[in-house]
Amino acid sequence: MPLAPDRPAARLLVWLGVVPFLLFALLFLILPTLQVVTGAFRTPDGSATLQNIKGLLTPSILRALALSLKLSLLTAALGCVLGLLLAAAVTRGGLPGWLRGVTMTFSGVASNFAGVPLAFAFIATLGRLGLITVILRDWFGINLMATGFNLISFPGLALAYLYFQIPLMVLIITPALDGLRKDWREAAESLGATGAQYWRMVALPVLWPSLLGTFALLFANAFGAVATAMALTGSSLSILPIILFAQIRGDVLQDPHLGYAVAFAMIFFTGIANLIYVTLRARAERWQK
Amino acid sequence: MSFITLQNIQKSFGATQVVRDFTLGIEKGEFVSLLGPSGCGKTTVLRMMAGFETQTSGTIVLDGQDMGGLPANRRRIGMVFQSYALFPNLTVAENVAFGLKIAGTPRAEAARRVDEMLGMVGLSGFGARYPFQLSGGQQQRVALARAIAPRPRVLLLDEPLSALDAKIRISLRSEIRAIQRELGITTLFVTHDQEEAMSMSDRVVVMSGGRAEQVGAPSEIYNRPATRFVAEFIGSLNLVPGTVRDAATGAIETPAGVIALGRTLPQANGSAVSLAIRPEGLHIGQDGNVVLNARVADSEFLGSIIRLRVMAGGNTPLVIARFNREGHTVPEPGQELTVSANASDIIVLDGVA
Amino acid sequence: MKSGRIFSALFFGLACLYFLLPLVGTLEFSLRARRGEYSLDAYRNVLADPQFHQTIGYSFILSLATIVLGVLIVAPTAFWVRLKLPRLRPVVEFLTLMPLVIPPIVIVFGYIRLYNTSSWLPLLGSAAGSDFLLVCGYATLSLPYMYRAIDTGLRAIDVGTLTEAAQSLGAGWVTVLARVILPNILTAILSGAFLTFAIVIGEYVLAALLNRPAFGPYMVWMGGNKAYEPAALAVVAFGITWASMGLIQLFSRFSKHTQARR
Repeated sequence: MPLAPDRPAARLLVWLGVVPFLLFALLFLILPTLQVVTGAFRTPDGSATLQNIKGLLTPSILRALALSLKLSLLTAALGCVLGLLLAAAVTRGGLPGWLRGVTMTFSGVASNFAGVPLAFAFIATLGRLGLITVILRDWFGINLMATGFNLISFPGLALAYLYFQIPLMVLIITPALDGLRKDWREAAESLGATGAQYWRMVALPVLWPSLLGTFALLFANAFGAVATAMALTGSSLSILPIILFAQIRGDVLQDPHLGYAVAFAMIFFTGIANLIYVTLRARAERWQK
Repeated sequence: MSFITLQNIQKSFGATQVVRDFTLGIEKGEFVSLLGPSGCGKTTVLRMMAGFETQTSGTIVLDGQDMGGLPANRRRIGMVFQSYALFPNLTVAENVAFGLKIAGTPRAEAARRVDEMLGMVGLSGFGARYPFQLSGGQQQRVALARAIAPRPRVLLLDEPLSALDAKIRISLRSEIRAIQRELGITTLFVTHDQEEAMSMSDRVVVMSGGRAEQVGAPSEIYNRPATRFVAEFIGSLNLVPGTVRDAATGAIETPAGVIALGRTLPQANGSAVSLAIRPEGLHIGQDGNVVLNARVADSEFLGSIIRLRVMAGGNTPLVIARFNREGHTVPEPGQELTVSANASDIIVLDGVA
Repeated sequence: MKSGRIFSALFFGLACLYFLLPLVGTLEFSLRARRGEYSLDAYRNVLADPQFHQTIGYSFILSLATIVLGVLIVAPTAFWVRLKLPRLRPVVEFLTLMPLVIPPIVIVFGYIRLYNTSSWLPLLGSAAGSDFLLVCGYATLSLPYMYRAIDTGLRAIDVGTLTEAAQSLGAGWVTVLARVILPNILTAILSGAFLTFAIVIGEYVLAALLNRPAFGPYMVWMGGNKAYEPAALAVVAFGITWASMGLIQLFSRFSKHTQARR
């Protein structure tokens, strides 16, 4: 090898190979994040303070935070459960084999079909003049708006979020389902276990780390999403990222350091979700290495 | 009625028939092997027994109970898989206790049984480990303990040794057999390894193309192969083409000369046959009643055995195996010698090889 | 087993309804621009809008730049880490997963505070600087996908042995990378590239907050001002995403064939 690691110069060269990446990560990932974190605890003139964090404790921000948490937890949980069921139905539900490929490709598309176009699609379908709204009205005489359903509301937004949450779960959990070996199931059966017992005692515990990881990912995915909510509801449904968006735009809040605090809160909660995941995973994976 | 009766079993996957008219009776406590090349249907028979596949037609009766329609989890059959199939999320003890837990065995009794089982497979003290912390051989012992812990009526072994190293394979062979004898558990063993089947079984079923070619004790299968397939599949064999000259006296014309077997043959005069003889059935010297002249082509020294390749009667290749004893010399290539065999060791098979 | 199949089929059917109805609805809505009959008016209006061409062209060029930047940063790093610095692997993996944990809006907020006109690196002071920052932001967002795709590609080939084999035949580092490693992970790079493209082309938050004339903000503007055109845009965006994913499938299938032939 031309680069023998025992020469100091060569060792330096080895590290040189990752410098561009580390520099990029520093400039466009680490420093911006640190800026937000430190900014949340500083006054405009640079001295330390908790005033910004205290500034979060206003009813409107707390309400937005609660709404964001509720939305993210709900769509992450539903996304996990429904995505798992869909993946299970396609991979081991006895359906024709080609459905699997179609579902996987579609999931790849739908999990990336987030943001503005997704909102448009839901408006065109369930909005005031949307296809389903019109069909229900003209054919069945049901006024969707009168039933209390409103697309520009929490359930409407959750319904739209599931459109990318479920496929993301399908994409991630399908390889994990493939990792469940057929002979585990057969071994369990030969030992007298029913299908349900097999799932409870073997399959779900084996899948648990993947499920936890995907839940954390889906949570962060929903918690940070802005475009779908903005295009769907304008700013009428105020969730935390919309508040931050407005703050950055300078529309609502005037204090930039409150913006830091809101941004910090967002990292804080997605960070917590991942910390919980890492801890639980370490416990769930004691049977692997 | 046998303890297990498989009657006229047929199994097709789509258009391909993998098991044809398979009938077998197994006595209580017997160790029976299904032996054959891959794709011969042996694993399918085992999986139908376990309840993972359903036969297209035919019946399986276990201890007087028809297995038809009975799902795998209610058959009380223990199974060991080639890939161990230990539950990775459970410890060794939890794996062994799995069937007991399902059956609702009281905790204390289950714990006692787990200890007993682990002791039996020589893994006392391994209960708290996870499968990934064990070697392949240890994992398969745990799988065996897990399968027999709930006292199944039958033990099914699906190529349990194939994934293991040669040394462990041989030691585990005798261990499995010893445990099986001790518990007296009826066992059906699937393998493609004839040495395994021969060394472990009370009876061997040689399968080919979904059919049972021959059922018998290992010595019977080896010494008296019923069909050409069995003869060729089991052990190594010298095959010499020939034509029956006189069926009454057993005279057969071969490229190495006319050989007289001195027994009546079922084949008609003039029919083409093959003479089959095991390498160890051929001797150097003249102490058999069939004698041929031969020249040594080459020799292999294999430790306990010396294998000679000779040309008999000019151009008929034969392989001779003899034990290596001190004082014996290894014949040199080109050396002329006399080869002999007992006519009773020569098997006559229909058709030309 | 039988009840399981019925349940699976039923559940799959419901999922189909949920996932296909919005697509059908959007398509139907986009054709309703003319009163009383279906027409392509909404599409015609969109295509006739010079802003549409400007913004989608801008986003297209930006996504190409993002792909080039992403590949240049990720591919050598992933290769190098596998070959020479396996110790650094957890660090690199952690960094590449960070963009999944830190919301894009927070990252862009950091950019605005860090690179504004009065900062040490006033990227936001000029249009070119803002474009550069936006590309870097997009590269950051696509980092998890790009890294995963390329690292998977590298795992499939035995990087160490291939490199040593090439070197023993006298190849230098450039030759190793360009002639040996790159062709073998081309499929992986392409799937990372198309995924990046699908993410970047309709992205809204970064472009809006950095005030760049990208396709995402244009769509939002349309959403606030037009009735049927947004649906047409959604159909177009869906088509682009679908084409990107379809191409990934196509390339990976193609590469499977070449692998089978080997």
